[in-house]
Amino acid sequence: MSEERYAIECKGITKSFGSVVANDHVDLKVKRGEILALLGENGSGKTTLMNMLSGIYHPDEGTIFINGKETVINSPTDADALGIGMIHQHFKLVEVHNAMDNIILGGKEKYFNRKELRNKILSISEKFGLEVEPEKKVYDMSVSEKQTLEIMKVLYRGADILILDEPTAVLTPQETQRLFAILRKMRAEGSAIIIITHKLNEVMEISDRVTILRKGKSVNTVVTRESTESRLTELMVGRPVSLSIERAVVKEKKKLLEVYHLSVKRQDGSIALNDVSFDICSGEILGIAGVAGSGQKELCEVLAGLQPVEKGAVLYDKENIIGKTPAEIISLGISMSFVPEDRLGMGLVASMGMTDNMLLKCYRDSKGPFIDRKPAKKLAEELIKKLDIQTPGTETPVRLLSGGNVQKVLLGREIQSVPNVLITAYPVRGLDIHSSYTIYDLLNEQKKKNTAVIFIGEDLDVLLQLADRIMVLCHGEVTGIVNAESTSKETIGWMMSGKKEVESVAGTIH
Amino acid sequence: MREPFIRTVKRAELSPKQTAALRLAALLLALTAGGIFILCLGYNPFAIYGTILSGSFRSGLAIQAVVKIMISLLIASLAVTLAFKMQFWNIGAEGQIIMGAIFSSFFALFCANWPRVVLIPVMVVAGVVGGGLWGLIPAFFKCRYGTNETLFTLMLNYIALYLIAFLRDGPWRDPANPGFAKIATFEKNAQLPKVFGVHIGWIFALVLLAFVWVYLKYTKQGYEISVVGESQATARYSGMNVKKIILRTMFMSGAIAGIAGMAQAAGSDATLASGVAGGVGFTAIIVAWLGNLNPGSIFIISALFSILEKGSSVVQSNFGLSTDCADVLQGIILFFILGCEFFIRYKFVIRGKDGAGA
Repeated sequence: MSEERYAIECKGITKSFGSVVANDHVDLKVKRGEILALLGENGSGKTTLMNMLSGIYHPDEGTIFINGKETVINSPTDADALGIGMIHQHFKLVEVHNAMDNIILGGKEKYFNRKELRNKILSISEKFGLEVEPEKKVYDMSVSEKQTLEIMKVLYRGADILILDEPTAVLTPQETQRLFAILRKMRAEGSAIIIITHKLNEVMEISDRVTILRKGKSVNTVVTRESTESRLTELMVGRPVSLSIERAVVKEKKKLLEVYHLSVKRQDGSIALNDVSFDICSGEILGIAGVAGSGQKELCEVLAGLQPVEKGAVLYDKENIIGKTPAEIISLGISMSFVPEDRLGMGLVASMGMTDNMLLKCYRDSKGPFIDRKPAKKLAEELIKKLDIQTPGTETPVRLLSGGNVQKVLLGREIQSVPNVLITAYPVRGLDIHSSYTIYDLLNEQKKKNTAVIFIGEDLDVLLQLADRIMVLCHGEVTGIVNAESTSKETIGWMMSGKKEVESVAGTIH
Repeated sequence: MREPFIRTVKRAELSPKQTAALRLAALLLALTAGGIFILCLGYNPFAIYGTILSGSFRSGLAIQAVVKIMISLLIASLAVTLAFKMQFWNIGAEGQIIMGAIFSSFFALFCANWPRVVLIPVMVVAGVVGGGLWGLIPAFFKCRYGTNETLFTLMLNYIALYLIAFLRDGPWRDPANPGFAKIATFEKNAQLPKVFGVHIGWIFALVLLAFVWVYLKYTKQGYEISVVGESQATARYSGMNVKKIILRTMFMSGAIAGIAGMAQAAGSDATLASGVAGGVGFTAIIVAWLGNLNPGSIFIISALFSILEKGSSVVQSNFGLSTDCADVLQGIILFFILGCEFFIRYKFVIRGKDGAGA
């Protein structure tokens, strides 16, 4: 194979969904022995482009060359045959099977020899530094182990072109380092790797070149070493952006919410929260860090009155709110906004317009059997202006708005209800940089108004800058509550993986 | 590896005009397909279609007959609309109609000597209670034990149906008619009065039409129904008592169906016949869907279906063509209209042709 040929070369790829053009004449090239980062704001078409390479979608226009040959990829099976392996954001593994069974699943051989299979897995393990235990059941694996297994799956099928869609979103900083080590080994073995991410520091660390997508177009491709984070941001957003969050200072504080020995079981009987205790003051932002699924969702739901509790108490202004209905909790001024993976699941009604969504929590307040839409419409119009929400009108169904605008609608409504406690989970999930900073400003504004803000976040850098204190959850347990100004990302990373506060400090001294 | 011959592509959102044109085209295609079907049976489709229309409007009596058919169909469609808006798949309108009819018939049969101004309202309330309870049962089990409402409501239909047969052959059997088991004809006092030649069920229907429209669009409870239908998680999160809303809505859905049963028994049939629902509860599902759960459209569609049904009975007497053919025509229309929903959202792209954009 000559060095000149690209492993993947996309020319003028266009794909639209209805009137939305997700990819507009996108060009992209990856060489062997190279890691290409695909950078772009949410909705800029990264995932769509990768789905076309893995045969899930079919481009409307444009051509794809694999190893220099023009190719049509009709299905994931075709992609397999071409040596393209995709690691999706959501793992596609059979929970009750062990690693080996998952690896052969969907493969072409009809018969296989377990011993040979084992040896092959172990030899791949050794070659790339993947740690996979062939007999381990998937449900016993940690998130990072599952991801490693996904990588093993595509390597076993002989993939030498690897696409990873936001692989680090679910990992602790330490696990991310381990993943990067694997990727570097694969690069050394001559694989071509595309990594999708919107974490700039990771782009700088791992990639050789960066292709930037903006609004479905490929705006530029730069060599990572010759660029900087701020230059990349500028390319991504289209204009210079300042990247700092100011921490507002509030002097008068009083304890508003106290949580004592809270334990919660999920419906399947597993432990979601185990003996969680913390408190939060007015005018404070409490950040909550943790790998996805560490009990954040259940904590939110307990505070909103949606989740039954095994034991423990939640005192709001000295009054226990456990056992109160969600409506009673809302009337106390405790407001929860949880942004789930699909963004719309809870909190907003997708098929309704902004006006009707504004009514969701306050329609009961007016008298009589009829609903009064006028104030809600006014509120919707105010929010559109204040938060610069892009929508054709107040009656356009919110599912037609882009992710960032949907989140502004949700958070805007919660803030407009002048809450005393504002719980917000993943408010910037998948948002572009500009919208994210708007949201951080909104939260800081709330803090200045003496609201107690609970901020459940994914990005540690943001948590460190925005929050006053950070509580770390791991498998439903509190592994530490630290002062954000005097801690480090590494410490929090250790605590996220289950090391208690004291041990982690020792760990960093080592 | 070649490009697939045909693939589906999502369309840009169509304007309301384009959507209407597409639906009209579907209707025309349905009539054409129905025409071919009639042609295969050896009749002239134009003559048959013409007879359906003229048969429905040839006289005042014919129009009254159409309205009579429409009363229970419209009321039942409104009933299921409430449940469907909440995404509660109530396919038990049939049973709820029957229970409404049974409850009100009790008063018609055994309290016929009451003054009419008391008796008729009592019968209406009995119909509401009977249908409402029959709707409440599946809702209760759904909330309490998570049972499947589709199966549950369907099964309750048969229980209600055989309950009539039991009453007819046993306790409520008309002693004046020893040979043939039937329930006695209601006394004049227990029959619904007539206005403009049709029993006042049509006034009930129009009042309910306005009620359901206002209820869904302008009341808090109507708002709650749409939120619960869209996402129960969202409803709970915003402080709604989801179970209460489900129970309340299903009671209303059943109650409205019960009124349809009461009107059919005390208005059209003047007795409790085992065919009191006669499949109306199922046709209502089709009407509600074709009307997009919009009361205005439901009014029009139920009128069209009633014309089709009345017209086909004329076709039967004039041409000797079974009324079952009307069901086949209904099925064909349904097939095309529902099929066109796909084309409103997607289109096909054939290989080789320019596949760009949508």
